[in-house]
Amino acid sequence: MSLLEAVRFAFRTIRAQKLKSFFSLIGVLIGVTFLIAVVSVVQGMNRYMVDRFANALIGANTFELRQRPSIVMDDVTEDVWREWRRRPRISYDDADYVRERIRTPATFAKFCSDRVNVSYGGKVAKDVDLVGTEESYFRIRNYEITAGRTFTAQEVRAATPVLVVGSELADKLIPGLDPLGKPVQIGGLPYRIIGVVAKQGTLFGISLDKFAVMPFNAPGRRLICPINILDALIVRTDDPTRMQGALAEAEAAMRARRQLKPDQPNNFAFQTAEGALTTWQKISRILFLALPGLVAISLVVGGIVIMNIMLMAVSERTREIGIRKALGARRRDILAQFVVEAAALSSAGAVLGIGLGLVLAWVVNALTPLPAAVAPWSVAVGVVLGVTVGIAAGVYPASRASRLDPIVALRAE
Amino acid sequence: MIRIRELTRAYEMGTERILALRGVTLDIARNEYIAIMGPSGSGKSTMMNLLGCLDTPTSGEYWLNGEEVSRLSDDALARVRNREIGFVFQTFNLLPRATALHNVELPLVYAGVGGRERRERALRALDRVGLANRVQHRPNELSGGQRQRVAIARALVNQPSILLADEPTGNLDSVTSEEIMQVFADLHRGGQTVIMVTHEPDIAAHAERTVVLRDGRVESDSRGSALDPYTPAAAPEPLAAAAGAR
Repeated sequence: MSLLEAVRFAFRTIRAQKLKSFFSLIGVLIGVTFLIAVVSVVQGMNRYMVDRFANALIGANTFELRQRPSIVMDDVTEDVWREWRRRPRISYDDADYVRERIRTPATFAKFCSDRVNVSYGGKVAKDVDLVGTEESYFRIRNYEITAGRTFTAQEVRAATPVLVVGSELADKLIPGLDPLGKPVQIGGLPYRIIGVVAKQGTLFGISLDKFAVMPFNAPGRRLICPINILDALIVRTDDPTRMQGALAEAEAAMRARRQLKPDQPNNFAFQTAEGALTTWQKISRILFLALPGLVAISLVVGGIVIMNIMLMAVSERTREIGIRKALGARRRDILAQFVVEAAALSSAGAVLGIGLGLVLAWVVNALTPLPAAVAPWSVAVGVVLGVTVGIAAGVYPASRASRLDPIVALRAE
Repeated sequence: MIRIRELTRAYEMGTERILALRGVTLDIARNEYIAIMGPSGSGKSTMMNLLGCLDTPTSGEYWLNGEEVSRLSDDALARVRNREIGFVFQTFNLLPRATALHNVELPLVYAGVGGRERRERALRALDRVGLANRVQHRPNELSGGQRQRVAIARALVNQPSILLADEPTGNLDSVTSEEIMQVFADLHRGGQTVIMVTHEPDIAAHAERTVVLRDGRVESDSRGSALDPYTPAAAPEPLAAAAGAR
């Protein structure tokens, strides 16, 4: 008897007992659904964290020289926190000193920011992220300008009170009108809008478009940073592979400037996209480690259910086995029939599980900001697991069936 | 074609050893139509199982078409059953969920015959027993006589050496029984060897030779269709009755 024949027998039986078959494959179904859904959600979160979170806040091949890390997801002890606060802040001179000593081709921008209120006419936009920086900032952030222009190096040198604003701020403050050239006030000081940045979207539901960018030494600078003090020097290397080199150069320069002895730790910090992701990577690694255990449990349960169903099937169909043996079925024909039947049941469970997993991933994708992408390898693993569980669960019942004495089997009711 | 020498079959029943067959010697030629009779406990079921290669003897020889089949392995016996023997059972033993066509195809599946040829041969066999218009019916949609015809078609589809029928009319009314006997007679006329195990003298009367078993031995072996049937035993021996129940 060929394998094809065995598969045909198996599907005939499964079709004849639809409900029972469905219940018996539910364990495998849940296991595979879980596998597909969790893998796609975790991978989706991974991509979200990398694309949106890290790259939106910091950017690829970019690092920031800071007094202390800006994105901290780990628990920080009180002592560490106090040490961070005692550190000297980054001054204009620190930034220029480091910039001069980085040999790796890179783009630099002084950076300072805080929340301020921006008003236009009688309207006030509260909690606007005001950034004081240099003209290179727009290149580092890859901001696309939809209207007007960015400010120039001359305007930075001259500390001109000009603003490039995020799209949401422009829409809220000056709805329905061209924001270019409009006079706005920040902390009582007059500014002129010269450009609008393209919409950036949201991160964890928070708008990334409620900001304004001005030259770092413009009149309102006291609102965001003390005089001569910066939040960060942003460095973006032209070549992504050389970021670590630039980082080392910056570290050496900073240690020299702060006159740190070899045994003294850095009293400054570098924030990178990867650094922001370390905690997340820890979480996702734990999820990926726990996943096989959870999937294995449901598959073992599924396998036991299928084995039970097959044992029941063997005793229910003893007479059928007797008939088949009388007609010339060999042991291996009976064995193949029942193993294939178990494998078919469990593969059907796996296929349904994949379908359900895809639906779940799609629902997550549609209802949450997570891009839950289904990993092709998880689908392949699902199919392989389904077939394997079925074969493993089918072998014992099948071998019992194949060893039945045809005379006894034929007499069974 | 069949040569049986001193065939015995013993069963272990707990600590007791029961001899169901106590040395049967029998020759059956090609194209014979033979009835094996006997009261319950006479060993006819055991005889039927041995003839059908469902069981192996404790001692003695069973030659089928020049092959000594009494010592074959399980799988070799399966092959012999598939090629040489067509079973017809009292309870039909059709697969309940399968159509008549699929039931008849089954022996060909195990013989490794390909799909199209299988279908053609199964249809021809069903046509031969007069069921060409019932091929897609399931057993529960068929009458008893029709079911037994499907079983006969299934038995014949692999062109076996022997058609082995075990009480083939036991579950049928007398009119239908006569029809089935007519089918057997036709097959016999067409050259088929038929061995029928029965306890009904009317049915045995259709055969051209009757072998009567009693207490595991051949009591009589007579030719001619108008023979005198066996006279039932007054009280079967307890040992033999137990063996018959096995």
